Parts: sequence; C-alpha cells; structure tokens
Amino acid sequence: MPRLLPYLLLAPATAFLCLFFLYPFSLVAIDSLTRDGTWSLANFERMAGHWKFGPTLRNTLLLAAIVVPLQLTLALLMASMVTRLDRARGMVLYIFAIPLGISDLAAGLVWLAIFEQSGFLNSALSGLGLIDTPQLFLGYQSKGVIFTAVVLTELWRATAIMMVILVAGMGLIPKEYGEAAEVFGASRWQRFRRITLPLLKPSLQTALILRVIMAFEVFAVVLALGGTNLPVLMSETYNWQFTMQERGVAAAYAMVILAISVGFTVLILRLLHVPKEARP
Amino acid sequence: MAEIEIKGVGKTFRAFTALHSIDLTINDQEFVVLLGASGCGKTTLLRIIAGLEVPTTGEVWIGGRRVDRLPPRARGISMVFQNYAVFPHLTVFENIAFGLRMQRLPKPEVVRRVTRTAELMHIEQLLKRYSGQLSGGQRQRVAVARALAMEPDVILMDEPLSNLDALLRLEMRAELKGVLAASKTTTIYVTHDQVEAMSLADRIAVMHGGDIVQADRPVEVYRNPAARFVGSFIGNPPMNFLPARALGEGRWQVAGHDFVGPRSAAPQIEFAIRPEDLHPAEHGLVAEVRVVEPLGPHTLVTATVAGVMLRAVLESTLVVAPGDHLSLAPVADRIRWFDPETQKAIT
Repeated sequence: MPRLLPYLLLAPATAFLCLFFLYPFSLVAIDSLTRDGTWSLANFERMAGHWKFGPTLRNTLLLAAIVVPLQLTLALLMASMVTRLDRARGMVLYIFAIPLGISDLAAGLVWLAIFEQSGFLNSALSGLGLIDTPQLFLGYQSKGVIFTAVVLTELWRATAIMMVILVAGMGLIPKEYGEAAEVFGASRWQRFRRITLPLLKPSLQTALILRVIMAFEVFAVVLALGGTNLPVLMSETYNWQFTMQERGVAAAYAMVILAISVGFTVLILRLLHVPKEARP
Repeated sequence: MAEIEIKGVGKTFRAFTALHSIDLTINDQEFVVLLGASGCGKTTLLRIIAGLEVPTTGEVWIGGRRVDRLPPRARGISMVFQNYAVFPHLTVFENIAFGLRMQRLPKPEVVRRVTRTAELMHIEQLLKRYSGQLSGGQRQRVAVARALAMEPDVILMDEPLSNLDALLRLEMRAELKGVLAASKTTTIYVTHDQVEAMSLADRIAVMHGGDIVQADRPVEVYRNPAARFVGSFIGNPPMNFLPARALGEGRWQVAGHDFVGPRSAAPQIEFAIRPEDLHPAEHGLVAEVRVVEPLGPHTLVTATVAGVMLRAVLESTLVVAPGDHLSLAPVADRIRWFDPETQKAIT
C-alpha cells in the first residue's frame, strides 16, 4: 500500500488533467487534421492560403519581439530597485503589481479611453492648445499608432508578472556573492552582469517562458484597441471559429499557436540552461 | 607597506550601537585577530575596514591613505568570507581569476597568478571544477587562493574556519599561518574561537559590547587580562574569581586567607587565578570537590571555595573524588586583581 500511495494521491490530478486538458486538446488536434470526416491538411492549407495569415503571423511575432525584451529590461530594473529598498519594499511591490489585478480586456479598455477620439489624450492635447480638433489615433490607416498603443498597454499590464518572479529570484541570491564581487573590484554594472544575471537564470527562465507564451496569446488588448485592424493569431482563431464558422481552420490556428509556444519554451530552456554542477 | 589606522570608528544601526569608538593601529605585515563573542561588533569593524559598511563616525586609514569613503576596490584589500562566497556559476579557475579580470590584467599574468596561488593552496587539480563539486575544505582553499591572487596589501578574514569540521580546521589553521606569513600581507582575522586567536595572532584585540577591551600579544592577553571580561572569556576553563575583602595596608582576605594585593581604597575587590595556577599544598584555599573530570594529561576538578564555584587543572596522578576536601594554593605571582565596579584590572 505505501508504494502505491503516491500514485493514488496523484490520481485525481491526473484524471482532472486528462479529462479537461488532454481530451479537449486531442479533439482540437483531430479537428485541425480532419475535414468532412477524413484526415487531411486542408485546414492548414486554407489557413496559410488566406491573405490575412501572413500579416497575422507577422503582427504576433513582431509584437512579442518588441514587448518581451522591453518588459524583460523593465522588470529587471524594477526588481533591482525593489530588492535594494530597505523600507516600504512591500508597498512599492504592491503598487508595481496593481495592473496584474486587472483583466486584459479591462486594461485594453483603460488605454482605449486614453487614445480614442474623445479620450484623455485628445482632451489633454487640446487643453494645452496643441490641436484644434480631436484626432483619430486608432483609425485603420494608422496601424503604427495602434501597434504602439498595444505595446504600451502590454507593458503596463504584464511587466509586473515578470518583476514579481525576478524579485523572488533575486531574494534567493545570497548577499555575500555581491559583496565578494564588490571587494574583488566589480563595479555595480559588472556585479549585475557577471553575478546577478547568471545566478538569476532559473528565474529568468520561468519569467520568460510565462511571458512569451502570454505574448503569443495576446487577444483582448488588441481587440479593444485595434478591432480587426491589427489581426493577431488569437483574434484570427476567434474569427474563423465564430465569424467564418470554420472550426477546422480555427483549430489549425490553435495548433500553430501551440507549436510556436512549445518551440520558444524549448528554446528558452536551452538558452538559459544551468548545468547541474554550476548550480548553487 | 600597509599600516592600518582606525581612528574613533563608531557604527550605529538605527537605535543599536554596534561600535562605540574604536582606536586601533595595525602595523605593516602584522597578523591581528579580532576576538569576541557573537554580537561584540568584530564583524562590523571588519566590514567597515573592507568598505562594505560605512562608519557612522571616525576614520580608516590604509597605507597612509584615508579610505573610509572609498569603495572596497579602491582600498587595496581582499577578503575571505565566512561562507566562502565562491561563485557557483564559475569554475575554480574563474573564481580565482575574478578579481584579476576586473583589474584587466593581461591574460598571461592572470594565468600565472591563478596557477601560482592554486599550487600554493594545493588545488591545482581542481581548477576546472565548479563550487558545487567541491568539499567545504576545498571551497575554503579556493576562497583563500582568490584573496591571495590579488596580491593585496591587506587580507581580511571573517571567521574563515568556522564552517569546517574540527580536524580540518586544525590542519587549515596551520596552513593559513604559513601561507599568510609568506605572503607578507597585513592580516585582520575575525573569530570567536580563542584557540584560533591564540595560535594565529601576532596581536589579539579582544572585543566586548562594541569596544576593544584589550589589544596585546596573545601571551599578555592570557597572562595579564586588562579586564575581568578578558579573563573570563579567554582560557578554557576560564579564570576563577573570588571576592576579596579589604584588611587595609594592601592586604586582602580571600576565603579566610590573607593575601598581599594592590593598595586600593575599595572595600571589596576580586581575586583572580587561572585554573592551572592552583596546586594542592598545605595552608591553601579549602575547596570541596564537586566534579572530577580526568582529561588525560591532567584532571579538571570543579570545587567550591567559600560557596563560590572554582575550577582547578591538576596533575592526573592526583587521586581525588567528589566530596573530598582539597587545600589549593595559588601561585603567588599569577594572582590578578579586578575592580568589580569598573571591571578593570588593578595593579
């Protein structure tokens, strides 16, 4: 009995995962690979052949490529600041983390309220006398502005999740390493570069994987700010499922998102791998 | 040349005063041990000298240069940390080379110095390993090699042997003494272990409650404690203390016996004697034996004299049992006297 006990205890969680994750997942996978009851790649062909697929993939990857590095830099900066605080550390951490408590759609709406034609930005600019009539910032002709607004919203909304992980990771690095580096001549930047960053690798791994996956699943913020003007993978999945009523193609999109996420997760795990002997 | 001068250094953490006003001069190439119980301020003083802590008051001078506002790297020091702080993500070679790389020394010089110090510390076969693949003793050697490779004027050591097991500690102690003497650096060494302090130091600075109570050669600190604390802290077992009542004219009554002591106006002072300076003899202090501990070379006897606990280290040939009465005579020129008010020695 004691030998079986661990498996027994794991059984409910395993059953839960199989029922609510593996089973639906296989259904989606089968959906993407069948059309009219037979196995085929027609869904993928239809997806890739559509004129919107190229821009969609490019938008999503570009957004991730810009947002994630910016967030990583900001999160490292914020985490370093918080770690160094002697007083009011908890309070600063809470304030930084407030956007985490807001749903992505709500965050999108907050920034929409800033950028829209009757929004805060327009009233501020006209109040300052810089513009005469309200400007249309988020029109279909100004994709660059929409893109920038999405980047800003994502930075505001989801940087804190990385910061929280990095703060925890920095807390695990013994102070003596930094002090030793200081005594042996490392400047503040060198200490960060040569001691903190390498020792932070496990936390960087977690933070990056979490954030990169979130970046490929960006949806509500884009929808709120850009409508259909800035198609991304998730919004196209939604489109094919509900507007076009083509389940198979939507499933194919879902599979693409999964493939990209898994690919990047493996890449991050590889790049930030710490060999066993070099672990503290 | 690196003489260290500490002038009126004090340190206050919020409401807590860790150091009062420390004055200490350490000569070039001298080995000074800061000795004291935990919380006495010895590590704080070391960290102030290192530059890891800023003093609230006072000045620190190294080699004729005022350094107390300079960062650690501008002080010409290197340090061995209590937990070694060997970087886990770097190989032993890179750990030892760390400081040299920060100084941007040419590559052949880095290799030369790392190889030389690694050989000195007998870790040349470990250079490619990581900290996680080393034993505690090997990590300790890496930490020392890293400090020596800098060829510093001053080496600071914060309880470097306290995490080693007893046997290794003994071995490393002797080795450190040899290596540091050969390196001709000035060394400040923090420990709470009096044996370590006695065996390593040219001079011991005994610290207590944020002050240096006595700074002198080990034998002096042992033989002539400047304060009651020093006598009770150094020596195992520590000094015995008995109350002495004034009889006038420099004569004092201790447990019913007359002793010649200092001329003091105080009505009562303390008589002090080391356990090994008590010998069985006629007309000595009458002691009732409580515990007998044979230790091999000698026997440790715990007894009471006039109701006060006292320890004596006696010949192991002596046959004695609990309940026995012994007459213990102190060696006359080893008797010390302390003022119970000031806690200082009276001469």
